[in-house]
Amino acid sequence: MSQWKNFSKGLLKENAVFVMFLGLCPTLGVTTSAVNGLGMGLATTFVLVMSNIVVSLIKSQIPDKVRIPAFIVIIATFVTVVEMVMKAYLPSLFDALGLFIPLIVVNCLVLGRAEAFASKNNLVTSLVDGLGMGVGFALALTALGAVREILGSGAIFGLSFLKGDGMLLFILPPGAFIALGYLIVLANKLKEKTA
Amino acid sequence: MEYILIIIAAVFVSNIVLNQFLGICPFIGVSSKVETAVGMTGAVTFVMVIATIVTYLIFKFILLPLELTYLRTITFILVIASLVQMVEIMLKKISPPLYQALGIFLPLITTNCAVLGVAVLAVQKDFNLLESVVFAIGNAIGFGLALITFSGIREQLDMANVPKQMKGVPIAFIVAGLLALAFMGFAGIA
Amino acid sequence: MAKKDSTFGNMVITLSVVALVAAALLGGIYELTKEPIRLAELRKKNEAIEAVVPAFNNTPSEEFVKYGIDGDSLILYTVKMDDEQIGTAVETFTNNGFSGNFKLMVGFAPDGTIIDVAVIQHAETPGLGDKMEQDKSDFHVQFQGQHPEEFKLAVVKDKGDVDAITASTISSRAYCEAVQRAYDALVAVKGTTHNSN
Repeated sequence: MSQWKNFSKGLLKENAVFVMFLGLCPTLGVTTSAVNGLGMGLATTFVLVMSNIVVSLIKSQIPDKVRIPAFIVIIATFVTVVEMVMKAYLPSLFDALGLFIPLIVVNCLVLGRAEAFASKNNLVTSLVDGLGMGVGFALALTALGAVREILGSGAIFGLSFLKGDGMLLFILPPGAFIALGYLIVLANKLKEKTA
Repeated sequence: MEYILIIIAAVFVSNIVLNQFLGICPFIGVSSKVETAVGMTGAVTFVMVIATIVTYLIFKFILLPLELTYLRTITFILVIASLVQMVEIMLKKISPPLYQALGIFLPLITTNCAVLGVAVLAVQKDFNLLESVVFAIGNAIGFGLALITFSGIREQLDMANVPKQMKGVPIAFIVAGLLALAFMGFAGIA
Repeated sequence: MAKKDSTFGNMVITLSVVALVAAALLGGIYELTKEPIRLAELRKKNEAIEAVVPAFNNTPSEEFVKYGIDGDSLILYTVKMDDEQIGTAVETFTNNGFSGNFKLMVGFAPDGTIIDVAVIQHAETPGLGDKMEQDKSDFHVQFQGQHPEEFKLAVVKDKGDVDAITASTISSRAYCEAVQRAYDALVAVKGTTHNSN
């Protein structure tokens, strides 16, 4: 398939969150605001792209039986890099994302792509796939974060437009589930329209 | 007394799935039948408790003294991956039907954020070894509670009259939200 | 391209190489980010201190005393302007918040009067307990200029002088407990110039 199709499939048709239901833990856990969703999405995209690159580069050198542990070490390495760099240069985002940063390593999206795609495709294709899936993931998280922030805090990207509180339910756990449920319906409708 | 508090907090107040958002993938993926939910809970409990113990020991006696705490993520996930391999092998021998029923979800315990999450939380909260074990058991119970309750609800949901667009996952999420709302009622008892 | 065979030797070699490269890369990044991380954490601490004491020009993070109490420890930072002590910032905590543990920074004048209180870290409920944050409500204002020997650090419901946050009695109670703990530590470690009569 063309690289454009390769990239864009991750945006809607095979969107990690809305269609494949991967990486749901951070999706629900950090999206109390659009900025947090975006930050997590970009961090995950970095890990995804880097691990896809490395895996596709060394795929012929990895014996089949140890490929999962090898992928895990590779992914975990890049996650640790993100951890340290964020702690040093983006400490408030680091605090906001908290536990979910190390949890990128068990994001089924990242391991899934390494296993299903990068280990079977060349460098450029794997890179573009990682980019597409990552950006799609980031879009989904930012969208959910924006919805929860607008409804729950009466703000968007930190700029508040409401005096007092919004519908607090949305920045609390139940609101995360409910908002995501409805967003999935929306994404499905969009997918049908553009099919 | 402290230990009872840890368990109550883990099971109800800060339920690992409905409050901490860990373990969502299996929560959505395995919860369509009560049977598989029970089997998954058993496997997760086993891995979670042992993983917490091993990672705790490694952290306290190797990483911390050697100032290698930045290797925490890597070592923890490798421990968990190995444990899951072991459980797979054991289950194949002891109960092949359960092994078949869990299918792809067994290796997926490795990527279950709940297992890694609990291991990291135990170390972050600075528990001692016994407290960590209690914490892990509590969270496993909480996971099981959420999973099994939810699978019961989903079995009913499958027979309900749900709008076409919302069938399956979307309605599951909305109902999960209501379940999470119910669990919020436990806040403050610990 | 065909994959390597899964012989035992190959597997061991591959995993070892991957692990070694990973460790080397991480070790390198660790060295690079060690200093920026230390500075970032220092900045966070200073911001919390600056929020509760008047202007100072010493380095509180280098002049502090740790005080063990209630199974944990508080940190008392000495705050000076031109080498004269103008106050103490106490990092305190409580485990009885609605969602468990949270940390406060309390600024005390040398005579024990509270200058201000700021929240360092918490997990209280948004819209309710989180109103104890300085920029979310005026809850902290009632503590300013009060002296714990005269101003009872308990909510009105518990016969104290503190107006609790509406519908957040538990958070407010825990907040008072943390401030009281800070004061107790201050008295134990430094004493105050306050004359209670």
